[in-house]
Formats: sequence, structure tokens, C-alpha cells
Amino acid sequence: MKQVAWGFVVVLTILHFDFWYWGDRSLWFGFVPVGLGFQVLISLFAGIAWALVIKFAWPTHIEEWAEQPVEKAEEDLVDIDA
Amino acid sequence: MPEIKSTPLIVVGVYLAALLVFSILNTRRRQGTSSEYFVASRSIGPFLLLMSVFGTTMTAFALVGSTGKAFDRGIGVYGLMASMSGIVHSLVFFLVGIRLWAIGKRFNFVTQIQFFRERFQSNALGYLLFPVLVGLVIPYLLIGVVGAGAVVKGIAGVPPWITGLVVCLVVLSYILTGGVRAAALANAVQTIVFMLVGLLAFYLISDKLGGVEQATQNVVENAPHLLSREGTIGELQFLTYAFVPLSVGMFPHLFQHWLTARSAKTFRMTCVAHPIFIMIVWAPCVLIGIWAAGIGIEAPGGNSNAVLAKMVGSQLKDPFISGLLLAGILAAIMSSLDSQFVCLGTIFTHDIVVHAKGEDHFSEKQLVSLGRGFIIVIVAITYVLSLFPPPNVFDLAVWCFSGFGSLFPLVFAAIYWKRVTAAGAIACVIVTGATWLWLFYDGLIAPTMSGEGGGEDYLIAGMMPVTIMFAASAVTIVLVSLMTQPPPRHVVDRFFDSKG
Repeated sequence: MKQVAWGFVVVLTILHFDFWYWGDRSLWFGFVPVGLGFQVLISLFAGIAWALVIKFAWPTHIEEWAEQPVEKAEEDLVDIDA
Repeated sequence: MPEIKSTPLIVVGVYLAALLVFSILNTRRRQGTSSEYFVASRSIGPFLLLMSVFGTTMTAFALVGSTGKAFDRGIGVYGLMASMSGIVHSLVFFLVGIRLWAIGKRFNFVTQIQFFRERFQSNALGYLLFPVLVGLVIPYLLIGVVGAGAVVKGIAGVPPWITGLVVCLVVLSYILTGGVRAAALANAVQTIVFMLVGLLAFYLISDKLGGVEQATQNVVENAPHLLSREGTIGELQFLTYAFVPLSVGMFPHLFQHWLTARSAKTFRMTCVAHPIFIMIVWAPCVLIGIWAAGIGIEAPGGNSNAVLAKMVGSQLKDPFISGLLLAGILAAIMSSLDSQFVCLGTIFTHDIVVHAKGEDHFSEKQLVSLGRGFIIVIVAITYVLSLFPPPNVFDLAVWCFSGFGSLFPLVFAAIYWKRVTAAGAIACVIVTGATWLWLFYDGLIAPTMSGEGGGEDYLIAGMMPVTIMFAASAVTIVLVSLMTQPPPRHVVDRFFDSKG
């Protein structure tokens, strides 16, 4: 599922470059220009795509790494002025 | 001198007073530690992070500039600036923001420069980045203060120097009290305000024009070229504009907001809701912009940034609504200004004074006082500069974003590429800065000085100039890193999660 979630983001990025609507002046619902309506859909699906990435590709270990005892992390730091 | 209108000013005054009271009351009981002042004790939750990150990334450009650009260039502006940002911003929050939050928490970093200094073991890089980042943020601040002055003058007739002063003082009042937490809280309120005001303006204007179908029909009849991208936006321009939103990866004020997060999970709501929030703000504004062209609104002096104010003035004629709109626009502006002011104060305190003298040299209280002092100085400098506004102030926004976007390879390499070296990083900043200065002069300064500015977009072979800057930056960091000695493994490994 991780690959599917990231694949969704890639597909949306490609679809964003909707050159097939470049000169299309037709309207959706009688008031939304098609070139705008399609891009609004991209925004909505982007929200869904990121929800999928968060669900299936979340870096679960990162909090544990960040929460390591401060002393340990500070020991790791090298004094660049030394 | 335009007539001063009192009702809109009263509405704005009430809004500003309420904002001040809210921010000060909600932050005054907090501890006065430097961690609280600069990174809100790393305790900000999902909703506040979303609102502060979104409020910070949406400037005056989101309401005023989007309407004006759509008036000039049509509906393609949405795909150019909004939907791509929805994808790219969340990508950067996920891939860069969460990792930087983790590194910042682990090593107790407060500023971006602290991270780069330690990551590359280079003081020189810190001193080099300092003027570059501050130099790119200051025009960004100016956009806010000058934009606020122009809009208030257009709607309520107040001279810009008064508006600039009031905006600076209000923002100063709450960030001096509560630091980054106050900025986050104020951003939450202001983001809600400017989103609601945008939707309200959309509803009222469409209603006044005879409904959404009639409003668009006017465009079909009078300005049909705005209904598609043909002839208004180039294909390569559309493609290469995707580099611009990468700027969020290098905004120092956004870096500071990331560090305020309580946990990595706090980022989840921001990643998901950010593209949808962008849509809620931008789609109505883009439609208002093309509807303005459809009914023959004229931009005064060719300044399309006045289109939103003109639409409200000509269609609604209600001073209370004008006041609400003004409050919404000021909310969008101030929600960026506060974070930028706090961020610059933090950078000066930590990366210059504390770095030079040593952290043990200062007490917690002295650190907070230093931060406050620097913020006052920065606000004063910004205000004075805003009294001499450059022409085409909104054009500056894209140049600032382009500069930050071009530095994206630096932050990406720092967190994902162990082989990157300090020499590569330094060369990357120098080459990016030089390329930016050259193109900025050629694309904005020279045409403005010769009186030719303000017309067509500045493109290179049909591409956005950020493409050249980004390519120069990426190629330099890779080549110079590969040509120089790899950094010691024990130094680099500290910044990489062995499981990630």
C-alpha cells in the first residue's frame, strides 16, 4: 500500500500538467471553467493522497529517534568551535 | 487625498483590538523561558500547527494577488500557483518538515542556521547563510507592510504610513508578549478570519452579479481568453513554476513553526488539510478575478492588485462589508508578518549574539530580552523601508519564493545525502545567491529602472527563472561535494536515523 499511496501522489503531479485542457474554454455546471475545475479536483485529491501517504508510509520510528535522551544527543554533537 | 471612510476603519479597529486581547490573554500566563518564547516549548498541537503553517505561507498575495493575477492571466493562475503548491507544500512538510522537527528536537535546535552549522560542521556556512536568509525575508516582510498600506488606502482612504505603523505595532504587541506561541495563536484566528472573509466576498459578489452562472457568462462574452490558459500562460512556464513552492523547505520562519510541533504526528493534519485550505482560499479569488474582467472593471494605473478592492467597492457598496474584507486582508498579511518578525529576532539572537558569546553567557531572561530587542529593531527597519515602497511590490514575492526554492537542494541534501560536504553546501549557497542576484537584476531591477517594468512575466526560454537558479544550485552541490573529501562518518551519522 505504501507504493500505491506514493504512486497516487505521482499520478496527481502528472495530471496537474493537464495540457489537454490548455485551450479548452468550456464550463462545468455552467460556471466553472474546465481548466479551473480540473485543478480544483487536483487539490481535493491531493488531500486524499496525503491522507493515504500518512496512513501507509508514515515514518513510525522517527519519534523514537527524536525522543532519545537529550544527554545522548548532546554527547553526539561535536563542538565546531573547538 | 482620498476621503477617509470611518465604518470600515471601525470594523478593522474592533478586529485588531479583539486579536490583541485574544493573543495577549492566551499567552501571558506562560513561563518566560527562551524555549517557550522561541519554540513554544515544542508543545503546539495539530490544529494550531496547521493554522500557523497555513497562515504563514498565505500572504497578502493569497487574497489580493490571486484575484489580481486572475484578472490579468485568467484561470490558469490557479493551476500555476495553487494546486501545485497543494501537492508540493505537503510533500515538503512530509519529507523535510518532519525530519527537521526530529533533528531539531533531538539536538535542541531553534534556528535553521544552527542545524546547517552543526550538520556541516561549518561556521562559515552559518555566516554565509545568515545574510542570504535575512536578505530574502526582508523583501517578503515589505510585501506585507506595503500591501496592507495599499489595500487600506484603496478601500478606506488611509495613508499607507499610518496603516504600516498600526500593523507593525499590533503585530509587535502580541509577539513581544508571547513569542512564537502568540504568533501561532494569532495565526489560527487570522487564518479563520481570512478564509471566511474570502468565502463571504465570493458569495456576496456572485449574488450581486446575478449568480455564479451569470457572472461567468459575462466573462464568456467580454473576456473569453481568461477562461483557459491559451495565450495567457506558457506551457514551459506552467511546468517550471513547480520549483517555486519548494521554497517552503527553506523558509526560516516555517522551520521555526515546525520546531514548535508537539510530535511528528502533529504534522499529519497539516499535510492533509493544507492543499484543501489552499483551494478554499484561491478558487473563489480566481473566480472573482475573472468576473471582474467580465464586467469591465478597470485596474487603476494598470495595478491589478487593486481589483479585489474595486470589486467590493463597486459591487457591494456596503462599508461594513468593506471593513470585513479589509480585516480579512490584514489578517492574511499579519499572519505572515508575525512569524517572520519572530523568526528574524530568533536568528539574530541565536546565530549571531549567542553563537559569538556562548549560550552560558546569557540567562533565560536575557535571551528572551535579546530576542525582543532584535524584533523591535527589525520591525523598525521594515517600517522605515516600507515608507519607500518599490514599484511592482507583488513581483517581489515570486522572486523571494524563487530564491528560497533554489536553496531547496541544500536542505534536501543535508537530510538525505550523507556524502554532501561543507564545501558543496557553501558553493551551493554562493552560486545560488549569485545566480539569483544576476537574474533579479536582469528581470526586475533593470526593467524597473528603465521604466519598462510591470508588463510581461520575466521568462528564460519560456521557463521561470527559478529553473536556472535551481539547476545551478543542484548541480553545484552535487559536483562540489563529489569533488571534495567526504565528511567523517561519525559526524554525519548523528543526523541520520539508522532505521530510516
